Formats: sequence, structure tokens, C-alpha cells
Amino acid sequence: MTLDAATVKKDFPLLTARGELVYLDSASSSQKPRAVLDAMTDYYESTHANVHRGVYAMAEEATSRFEGARAKMARFLGAAKASEIVFTKNVTEAINLVAHSWARSELREGDVIVLSEMEHHANLVPWLMLANERGVKLRYLPVDEEGRLDLADLDQTVDGARLVAVSGMSNVLGTINPIRRIADAAHAAGALVLVDAAQLVPHVAVDVADLDCDFLGFTGHKMCGPTGIGGLWAREELLERMPPFMGGGEMIRDVRLDGFTTNDPPWRFEAGTPPIAEAIGLGAAVDYLEGLGMEAVREHEKALTTYALRVLAERHGDRLKVFGPTEIDDRGGAISFAFGEVHPHDVSQILDDQGICVRAGHHCAKPLMKRLGVNATSRASLYVYNDESDVDALSAALDKVTGFFG
Amino acid sequence: MSPSGLTDLYREVVLDHFRNPRGRGTLPTPPAVRADGYNPYCGDEVAVYLETGEDGAVRLAWEGVGCSISQASASMMARGVAGKTPAEAAELMQRFREMLQVHEGRLDDKADDAGPETLDRETQKELGDLMALEGVVKLPVRLKCALLPWTTLAEAFNHLG
Repeated sequence: MTLDAATVKKDFPLLTARGELVYLDSASSSQKPRAVLDAMTDYYESTHANVHRGVYAMAEEATSRFEGARAKMARFLGAAKASEIVFTKNVTEAINLVAHSWARSELREGDVIVLSEMEHHANLVPWLMLANERGVKLRYLPVDEEGRLDLADLDQTVDGARLVAVSGMSNVLGTINPIRRIADAAHAAGALVLVDAAQLVPHVAVDVADLDCDFLGFTGHKMCGPTGIGGLWAREELLERMPPFMGGGEMIRDVRLDGFTTNDPPWRFEAGTPPIAEAIGLGAAVDYLEGLGMEAVREHEKALTTYALRVLAERHGDRLKVFGPTEIDDRGGAISFAFGEVHPHDVSQILDDQGICVRAGHHCAKPLMKRLGVNATSRASLYVYNDESDVDALSAALDKVTGFFG
Repeated sequence: MSPSGLTDLYREVVLDHFRNPRGRGTLPTPPAVRADGYNPYCGDEVAVYLETGEDGAVRLAWEGVGCSISQASASMMARGVAGKTPAEAAELMQRFREMLQVHEGRLDDKADDAGPETLDRETQKELGDLMALEGVVKLPVRLKCALLPWTTLAEAFNHLG
């Protein structure tokens, strides 16, 4: 199965309405296909009621659609059960859930968590907070010159650790990390493995059993779904043992004035009325991506990224420096680059003037920026609706940057 | 932004200050004070070194990494403030913020939607090259770039006491 980006693009109302727009910022947030927007609108227009509460038929239907979305997401990730998916508002909340619930109940002063230098702030700050609060020690897997994790000392680094928390795919470099290899080493050392899969899930077929991880965080808005919905997958026995994260309705079994008992997972971790329409939108996004086929998505992005790296190098030569692996099997479609001495803000401004949306800045990964020896990069990121014409437009528009800044 | 909008933002004066920054360097601390400014949105950094001589005049140096707007703004600031008294420097800062329509009591550093205010000729003269930065008024993100050196300067004045 192959993917025709020009056809795919027609599924996205924003891209159709703004025909001139060249959207190259999907690693920040993807656009949404009509099927997702329709699923959310249809829910509000036909079925809206609070979930897990009413006994009337419409409330049952709302609950059924909401839980149906959970089941779709579980299947999409290769989870054993739908109840292994906890809905959160994004990957940040998913990682914070693990840091608050699992880590604060399991870890003691001096326990070790292994992270990497390429993590974005969502997979750094929750652990830095824990280190400050509990005296947990943090170790880091280094990043090599090509933007890959340097795993030469993997066994020593994970030795004695309780958790290894790494990104599945770097939001800056596009690097796809060898999660299975890291998981094998971590498990051999008795540590659990958390994958920040915010960038991985939208672009690569993910199977949690194949990755052999223990926790996996994802977010909806980077995978054609709406904002405000994401989630945590965790193995059932881990969720069973974990205490609640936030308190409120839905997460309880019984409440008295002198105490409460908690609900089963996943609802134990979903206090309050959840983002129902957003979950249903996420379910529709899963249907959409499965319709395209994740293998086809990956093949499309590999071909387009290969084309982009070649075209940019041919036209701009040494002036354009790409950070991250050049080997296509090791990377996704997030292309971070420096353009001569021109600051990414200025690059982005001049590209915007030509209708091209790229991200400029530190990409919420300041330690990685430091490792790369820059304060910021420009980043063009590709997705299912991008094609060679978008890459050509970017490449041509960069000439104007040269025009302004010499 | 239209093509003319780009030329409005990247005026020759701005690009000249960016390419040939004035007042770049450091001053020994002490006697000078140092303040550091960061733009959390893009990672830009500016350090301002500040001291007052026996004649009461301000001496200033700065270093930093950032986009053309933040670097040009720092360069123009160094030239505008050097030799002034702290009170005169504060006055210039106020004029600059007025030009960018950043008003006291507004915490978000955002410009009003109303478009550039008309500044009297005396104010324009006082601002000099800094007038060339008025193109950022319509660009909230770049407004932060232009203001970064100045908020850092204000911090340095606080250190000076």
C-alpha cells in the first residue's frame, strides 16, 4: 500500500482552505482530517452526555463511544487490553502521572532514573522535580555527533537503575531510538522502561509488546487527533499497583466523609469529567491512520525525508547544516537545520512571509541544544499530507533568506 | 506579512546594527554589575554590564546570542544609553516602550492592536536609530526579541541600586 499525499491533503480542510500554505510544522502539531472533525461534531450534535454516569440510553451511547476510542487506541498500540490505556490531556501529563503515581510510591532517596540528553522538557522536568523532592539520582545517556544515542556504556549506565525513560523519536533530530535494545538492557538490570512516544506513534507502527516497554506516553494532536487528549499505556499489573494521581469523581469506588476507596485502572487515573469529544476524535484519528496504513505512512515519510535531505543539500550546500542522522532507517521526518549564521527566528520570519510554516527555537529541548552547540534551530517536519512540492517550496524560499542576510 | 512588511521589519539600519553591533563586550564586575536576560520562547540570551562613572554617566557593554532583532536592539540600546545619566537612560527606555506600545500595567508585553502611535518629533529624535524597530509592533513574538535587551538593562539598573 502506498500513500498519495496529494489525495491525503484533500482530507484536511485547513490545508484545502489555505491552498497556498506550506505546513511543515507537524512535529509541533499536525493538522486534522475531516473525519476527526466530523466525529467530534457528530458526537456533540447527536450523543453528548457525561460518561459513566447516566443510565439513560444517550448517556450509555456516549460512554460506549468514549470507551470505544480507548479500545481503538489500545489496538493501535498493540496493548493487551483497553484498560491499559489511561487518557490524559497530553504526553506531558502522561509522564507526570508516572512520576507522581508510580515513582513517588516506589522510589526512595538515592534510587536512579536514566534519561537521555535528547529528551524534551516533558521527559526531563518531571524527573528533575522528583530529584529535587526525593533525592532521586538522574543519569543521562549521551548523544553522539550524528544525533544518535551513544549506547557504548548502556549496561553500566542502567546498572542499578529503577527506571529508564527515553524518547522513541527525537522531536528535534528525528532520531528513532533503539527502544528494544535499551529495554533489554534496562530489564536485565531490573529497571522499568518508559517511552516518550509523542513523536513515534504518529509516524511509525508501534507495538508495545515488540518494544517491550513498561510505560508509553503519547499525545493525540500530533497524530491527526485533537488537542487536549493523549494518554499513557502501562502494563496492567503496574497500573493495578499504582496509587491515584489526581483526586475527584470517576477515580473513586466509594467516598465517605472519613475516607475513600479507589476505582480500578484506567479510571482510577481519570479524575473528573474527561475530554469526551477529544477522546472520540482521537479514536477517529486512529481509524484514519489505520486507513492509510502505518507502513505506508512510514514509507511515505522515508521517501520524502530522503528527497528533502537531498534537495536541501544540493541547493544550499554547506550553508545548510542538518542536525541528526543521515541514515534514513534511523530517522523520521523532523529536519532541524542551521542556515549559515542566520538566526532561526529570522529564517522562520522570512519563510512565513512566503507562506511556509516551520518551527524556530529550542523545541523545548534546551539541554540538547547545548549539546549541539546552538541556542536554537529551524525545524521543518513532514507528515502524511506533505509532498515534494512542499519541500521544493521550502528550498526555494530559503534563497530569499540568503537574499536578506547575505 | 507582505514583502513590504519584511522590508519594514528588516530595515537597513536594523541590519547594520545586527552586522556591526555597537557596545559589544564586557566590563569587569565589580565595579560593574551584570544582568542576564533569557527569552524562554527561543533561547535567546543577553548579558548587560552596567556601571556609572564619577561624572554620573552610564557605561554599558553587552554580549549575547540571538536573532537580528534582539541583537540590533541591544546594539542600538548600547549606543542610545552610553553617556546618559541613569535617569536619562530610564527616560529613553520609557520612550522605546511607548514606541512599541508596551504600557505600564500590562504584564503580557503585547502591543495594542491600534497600530503605531504617532510620536512627536522630539521623541523620534531622541529614539534615533531605535525608531527603525517599530516594525516589530505587529509581531508579538518578535516584540519579545526587541524588548529582551531592555528588560535586561532594567534588571541591571536594579542591581546597581
